[in-house]
Formats: sequence, structure tokens, C-alpha cells
Amino acid sequence: MFSRAYKAAVTLPPLIWVTVFLLIPYLLMFCYSFWSVSASQTIVHSWTLANYSELLRVDVYWQTLLRSMWIAARVTIFSLVLGYPLAYFLSFYAGRKKDLLYQLVIIPLWVSYLVRAYAWKTILGGDGVLNTLLQYVHLTKHPLEFLLYSPFAVVLTLTHIYTPFAFLPIYAALEHIPRNLVEASHDLGATPGQTFWKVIFPLSIPGVVAGATFAFVLSLGDFLAPLLLGGPSGIMISNIVVSLFGAAYNWPLGAAISFCMLLLVVSLLFFSERLEKKWSFS
Amino acid sequence: MRDAGDSVGRATLLSIRNVAKRFGKNVVLRDISLDVAEGEFLTILGESGSGKTTLLRIIAGFETASAGEVWMGEERLDREPPYRRRVNTVFQHYALFPHLTVEQNVAYGLRVAKRPEAEIASRVEEALAKVKMSAHAKSKPSKISGGQQQRIALARALVNRPRLLLLDEPLSALDANLRRQMQVELKSLQREVGISFIFVTHDQEEAMVMSDRIALLRSGELEQVATPREIYGRPATAYAAQFIGHTNLLKAAVREGVVHCGPLMWPTALPDGPALFSLRPENVRLATGNPVAGAVRVAGRVRHQAFHGATELIRVECGDGLVLVVRTPGSRGALDNVELEFSPSDAVLVRESPKRI
Amino acid sequence: MELLVSDTRFHSGSRWLLVHAVAVFAFLYLPIAVLILYSFNGEGVGGFPPHHLTLGWYRTLFSDGPIWDSVLNSVQVAFVAMAISLTFGVPAALALERAQFPGKALFRRLVLLPLILPGIITGLSLLMLFNVAGTKLSLMTIILGHGTALISVATTEVFAGLQKLDRAQEEASLDLGANYWQTFWRITVPNLKLPIIGAALLIFTLSMDEIAVSFFLIGRDNTLPLEIWGRLRRGITPEINAVSTIIFVFSLMAIVFWYRLRVRSEGGADAGAEIVQAVEGNAI
Repeated sequence: MFSRAYKAAVTLPPLIWVTVFLLIPYLLMFCYSFWSVSASQTIVHSWTLANYSELLRVDVYWQTLLRSMWIAARVTIFSLVLGYPLAYFLSFYAGRKKDLLYQLVIIPLWVSYLVRAYAWKTILGGDGVLNTLLQYVHLTKHPLEFLLYSPFAVVLTLTHIYTPFAFLPIYAALEHIPRNLVEASHDLGATPGQTFWKVIFPLSIPGVVAGATFAFVLSLGDFLAPLLLGGPSGIMISNIVVSLFGAAYNWPLGAAISFCMLLLVVSLLFFSERLEKKWSFS
Repeated sequence: MRDAGDSVGRATLLSIRNVAKRFGKNVVLRDISLDVAEGEFLTILGESGSGKTTLLRIIAGFETASAGEVWMGEERLDREPPYRRRVNTVFQHYALFPHLTVEQNVAYGLRVAKRPEAEIASRVEEALAKVKMSAHAKSKPSKISGGQQQRIALARALVNRPRLLLLDEPLSALDANLRRQMQVELKSLQREVGISFIFVTHDQEEAMVMSDRIALLRSGELEQVATPREIYGRPATAYAAQFIGHTNLLKAAVREGVVHCGPLMWPTALPDGPALFSLRPENVRLATGNPVAGAVRVAGRVRHQAFHGATELIRVECGDGLVLVVRTPGSRGALDNVELEFSPSDAVLVRESPKRI
Repeated sequence: MELLVSDTRFHSGSRWLLVHAVAVFAFLYLPIAVLILYSFNGEGVGGFPPHHLTLGWYRTLFSDGPIWDSVLNSVQVAFVAMAISLTFGVPAALALERAQFPGKALFRRLVLLPLILPGIITGLSLLMLFNVAGTKLSLMTIILGHGTALISVATTEVFAGLQKLDRAQEEASLDLGANYWQTFWRITVPNLKLPIIGAALLIFTLSMDEIAVSFFLIGRDNTLPLEIWGRLRRGITPEINAVSTIIFVFSLMAIVFWYRLRVRSEGGADAGAEIVQAVEGNAI
């Protein structure tokens, strides 16, 4: 329906921009991962697989990656556990207050990430709010150390950040379920509990997969929360990358790790997309 | 309005007593009382906004009445949640579960009730055969047509052997021919299965074709509850007369034993005062030869003729502002000045329906 | 329609759902509440209960030069990034919705990738680009980073708006004699006004808060989040509570405004849902 000139005018500029600023940088990162760093801290453009073999050989990278995935997995699970019932409540039980409550869930998303992470630091610290409160009501005598500078703090903070992210697609999926299906289920003798498991939950699975993907991928690549609250035991894979681009100056190695992360994320996305299509029925 | 007599003297299955429903300030149902007999095909007929769907939903359990009670046998039905009522519904847009196959959809109610697998299998097979959908057992709802989905919705409801089946305008999404076919099938299915059906529609022809009785609902109140023949031949109100079929509504005045309506006059035993009559177009004839004894005759000019295939509807201006619509069999060719004739006994006295908000 | 609310007398499980919902809301708002509370706390951070409520930290904040410099930087960056994202994001949405071309699927995924990719990857890859190109890091590089990463926001919002646009309107315009360009400016664009404004607001706010990409592309001048970050590394100062509270208030205003805008345009609340669905690969 639209002329070729129009289509060209509309398609080319974004295509060019995206190629220059997205595609080429990713390809560059791929290239960097095959280069190396000389003793005098310059980047040598000779092609080698040394970086990748180092990743496979040296323990710390694997361990950190696994720890990161474990942290991301916990964040994902907690976000779903917190987010799903909330979405279900809003969608099916909130009635007229639904919109207002929805806004209330979204608002924290708009509050600076840094601000929220920092606030948790305030709460969890040795002389932070939680510890002093616990001592004030005589539940504990000494500050609980594990609260801050630990994987616990990272998981807690990231769960706080990503629960709304998990909530959004689940809520959207639940809202899409025609209400007459729920009525039909009741009509045929299923209690609300049975209706949930037999009708509502299966139809909401695409939303759950999307929410889980969001939470997992974004927390896997997070470096701010670990830096602020993780301490030495809470270091994640992105922190290693950051230091390789900073003090530990080894861009090629950092690029190798980043590229692996990129591949991991892209394959997770493909996988979750297929899963969603399989469970989508309308 | 009280139910005008129960159908064929059968036992009462469902008793709706003084049910009212308000949504905020909006009154949707006012004081509905109605008894449904065992094995009866009852249609709740009404325009959109009349409250018919709301009434059905109250019986199904998806709405709670603001006032009044619903009884089934000796028990209060409206105290139960929908999943404990022995009532099943065929939804307007079928509400088939998209993630389950046709077979699984039909088996749903039985699975939930934890019936043994063998029993489920045989009952589902039987239900699918009854609606002629056995070949599609393993398909998903998205792959079958609207008419087929409708049959599955029916099977899914009936397989549970409810005491009462509710149908919420199930045929409205079908095209005309399929609709007519389904009307016949539904009616014979009901006879075969033998349970009470409550059918909701806005289509008066559909109601006439299928029902043992029709409950005409208008703005939340029952206008008339009667068999199709009664409601057609003896409409209680002007609205009933006009809603079902075509009619001529004659605003008349009775003076000293004679009805006066424009140029029309005939003797009557009614007391003096204003009166409203319903006269069906098929009871008005084009006059031929000598007047039949007691018949009323009037002359007029033909304004419009509409050919309907089997019959023709002719609008005739009779002077004094009176317009009569006449239904004649076949086609009469172009007409100009005519004389019309009808028997006063065909002019049925109707009440004016009270104004509703 | 209130489906199950009228049924709550039949369903005790709904009481637990309510409890759960309240608990989750408490969890979500706890840090924010603490922040606001402690921004008024005379003794600075930590300690419970807070004593000496004071506006002192706010006063310190207002005379803090570097913070305001960084605010100015952030605002500049946000405006230009917004311009870039819209300039390329709107045509991208049109291209995806209307045109067929080779590589469309790849293009679609590339455009949407920054939404779900951790910022570190986007930031680092751009860093490598600038390194190879010999560009010095500065506010400009940050602007390019934000602009690129946020194109996807503009694209998803406009795409959703395009789908809601009734094709018949454009066909009617053509039928009445307008050509493609006239139709575009007279019919298509006016209908996209609200999605574009909404996207602009969203992009602006996201840019103001952006830290992951900015982290790697920063030159000499700080944006506000990076300025705060720098201070946090050195230790917690109570001033941070004050500036965080102010940021929160502004974010709140922004989202309420955005929300009213959307409700007015669609009569419904799907805020953010398109972005999420776009990532799922469904909407686009």
C-alpha cells in the first residue's frame, strides 16, 4: 500500500543506525575476544583462541558463572513466587481497584535502580535499620553480619528490583484470559482452586516464561548490586568483566566473557520464545 | 408479574421468587417470579437491556440477586456457589477451553468430579455422538467451526446430566440457515434428554419455534409468560403484541357499547373509556363480495407493498389517521384502492405497558 | 466486570491472596519508605528509630555544586537521547509494521535486544566501537549509548499505537484523494501523537536513571546516577537519601503523568505490557 520511496525513507535510517551502533559493536566484541593484551598494556590485534581456552581452564570463571546463575535462578524463583500471586490477585480479585494497584506495582520500577539498591544497603547494614530495629526490640543482641555483603543481600536486592518485571507479563497474560472460561469452569463443577490449576495457570504459562526470562537474564548480567552489596562472596560474572575493563586491563578476555554472555542470553531468549509459542493457545 | 400458570401440570423444578438485581443505582431486574417445570423448554425472551442474561446468570450462580430467592426442589439454589449447583450453562461464545482438546473439554466436568476413567470415556463418547462430533474428538477448539464449537459446548454441559440446562443466546453467532437447523436439533435434543432447558434469546421467531413456554421480559419485569400460541393469539400487553410478530395496534375509545377507532366501529360489551386492541395483519383480509356477518369493513389507499415470498405485507391508509397493515398469501400485483375486512373477535384487547425508565 | 469479588464468601483462599499482596507491596515500598524517612533523620543513615527530624540534608544538597552539575548533564543527555531514540525508533516501528525487506527478522531482534540484554553488554560493545573509532569518551558517547539502547522503547510504543490505528482511516484518506505522504502527515502521525509523547516521557525518565550503559561510556562529566554512584563508593552520605527522595518524587510525577496520558488514549491500562510482549516476540 505504501510507495517504495516511503518504505525506503522509513526503513533505511533506523537500519543504518542499528547496524552501526548495535550490530557492528557486537561483531567488534566478537573480534576483540580473539585478540590479546601485551605486557605493556596495549591491545595486540593478532588472532588467538587463548582467551576462550583460559575461560575453560581457569576455575574462577566457571565458579563465578555458576554462582551468578545460581543467584539469578534464586532471584527468578523468588520474583515469580512474589509476582504471580500478586498478579493473580490483581487480575481476578481486585475489581475496581485493579488499575490503582497496578500503578502501585509499576511505580517502584520507575524509581532509580541505584536508589533502591542503596536503600537496601541502608536497611541491611551492621548499624542499618533492620539490625538496629532487631536489637531495639531485643530479638538479637549483635548485628547480623550475613545481611549485607553477601549473596543473600544480592538476591534480596535483585528480587526487589525484578519482581515487578516478573509481574508485568504474568499480569498481561492473566488479563488476556477470557473471563467466561473461568465461569465455564465453575459451571462445570470446578472450585476456584481447581479452576486455577486446570484453566488459569496453563493459559498463563507464556507470561510466566516471559517474566522468568526477564528476571533471570537481567539479574545474571547485573553488576551494580554485587558491587554495592555483594562483598567478596557475592561477586558475579559481570563484576569480573567490569574489572577486566578497568583495573585488571584485559579487554580481550573481558570481551570473550561478554560475548559468551551475549550468546547465553540470545539462546535463552530463543528457547523461552519457543516455550511460549508452545503454550500459547489463542 | 406472577407466572400465568404452569405448563402441562408437570412438577416444578425451579422456583424463582421475587428476584431483583441492582448494579449500583441501575435496577436490572425487578421482582421476578417464575416457575420452571420439569422437562420444559422455557425461553426467556427480551431485547438487549431487558435483564434476560442477568436472570440466567443468577440461576447459574455468576451473579447474586439483590433480593429474592431461587429454589430447586426443596433447596435454596442461590446459596450455593456455581460449582455446586446441578445446573450447567451453554455460553454465548461457547467458552471452550483453548488448551484442551474437544474430548478433554467435554470430559472436564466429569474429571473435576473425579469419576472413574472408564465411565468418563464412555460418557464422553456418548455425548459426542449425540451432537454428531465424534470425528473431532482429538481436535483443538481453534480448529473447528463456530457451529461445531457450539455443539461441543452443548455436549460439555449435557454430559454432566444436570437437572437444568441454561443456554445464553447460543445461536446468535451462527448464520441464518445453520441457526434454523440448530433450532430443530436443540428442540429434539431436549425432548430426547428430557431435562428442562432455559433458553435466552432476543429473537422472537426462535422463541416461538422452540419453546413450550415463553417468558417475555421487558426492562427487568415479566411482561407475559405463556405458550407461544397464547402469547401470539392473546398478547397481554401492547408490547407483547408488537414484540412478537407484526400487529396493528388500534387506539380506540368505547362509547355506549361501541368501539370507535378512526373510521372503524364495532359493538362490544366493554365499559366506556379508552381501549387498546391488537389486530394481526393476517387477520385482515382484502374484502371480496358481500360482507361476512359481523365483520368490520373499511376502505383505504395502498401506500406500500412488501413482498415476502410466501406472503405480502400491504400498508393501507384508511383515513382519519388510521393505517392498517394487511398480510395476504402470495402476491396480489400492484394495488391502489382497496377495501379491508376483519372480525371484531380478532381484535384482542391489550393493556398499555407501563412506561419504563 | 468483577468476577470473583462477589464470590469471596465462597473462597477462603482469596484471603491469603490478599495477605500475600499486602506483604509484596510492603516489600516493594519498604526501601523507598526508609529512604524518605531517613532523608529527614538528623543523625544520618542507619540507627533506629530515627531521631531529630530535620531538613538539614536537603539544605546541604542544595549547596552541593557537583550534584547539580551532574543533574544538568543528565538532563542534556536525556533530551538528546530522547531525540535520537524517537528519530530512529518511530521509523523503525513503521518499517516493522508496514514494510517487508530482507533481514527484517534480524532487524527486529536487534532493535529489541537492548531491552532485555544486560546493560553491561550493550555498554561494553559500544565502548569497543568507540575505542576502535578513536572517539574520546564524553557526554556525547553517553548520549549515543542511551539513544541506541532506548530506540526499542520508542519502537514498541509506536508499534502498539500503529496496530490500534484503524487502517480504514488511511484508506479513506487515499480514497478521498490524498496521496501517501499527505495521508502519513494528516492521518497517521496525528494518531501516533500519544504513543510518541508517552515514549518520549518514558525514554527521558529511563535515561535520567540509566547507569549500566553509562558506566562504560563516561568521560570527564558525570551524569546524576554516576555522580551518586561515585559517592556511594566512598561511603554512605545522608545527602544521598535526600537526593534519592527528590528523584523518587520526580519519577512518581512522571509515571502518574504518563499513566494519565495512556488511560486517556486507550481507556485502558496496558502500561509497559507492549514492551514486555515485544521482548516475548509476540507483539512485533
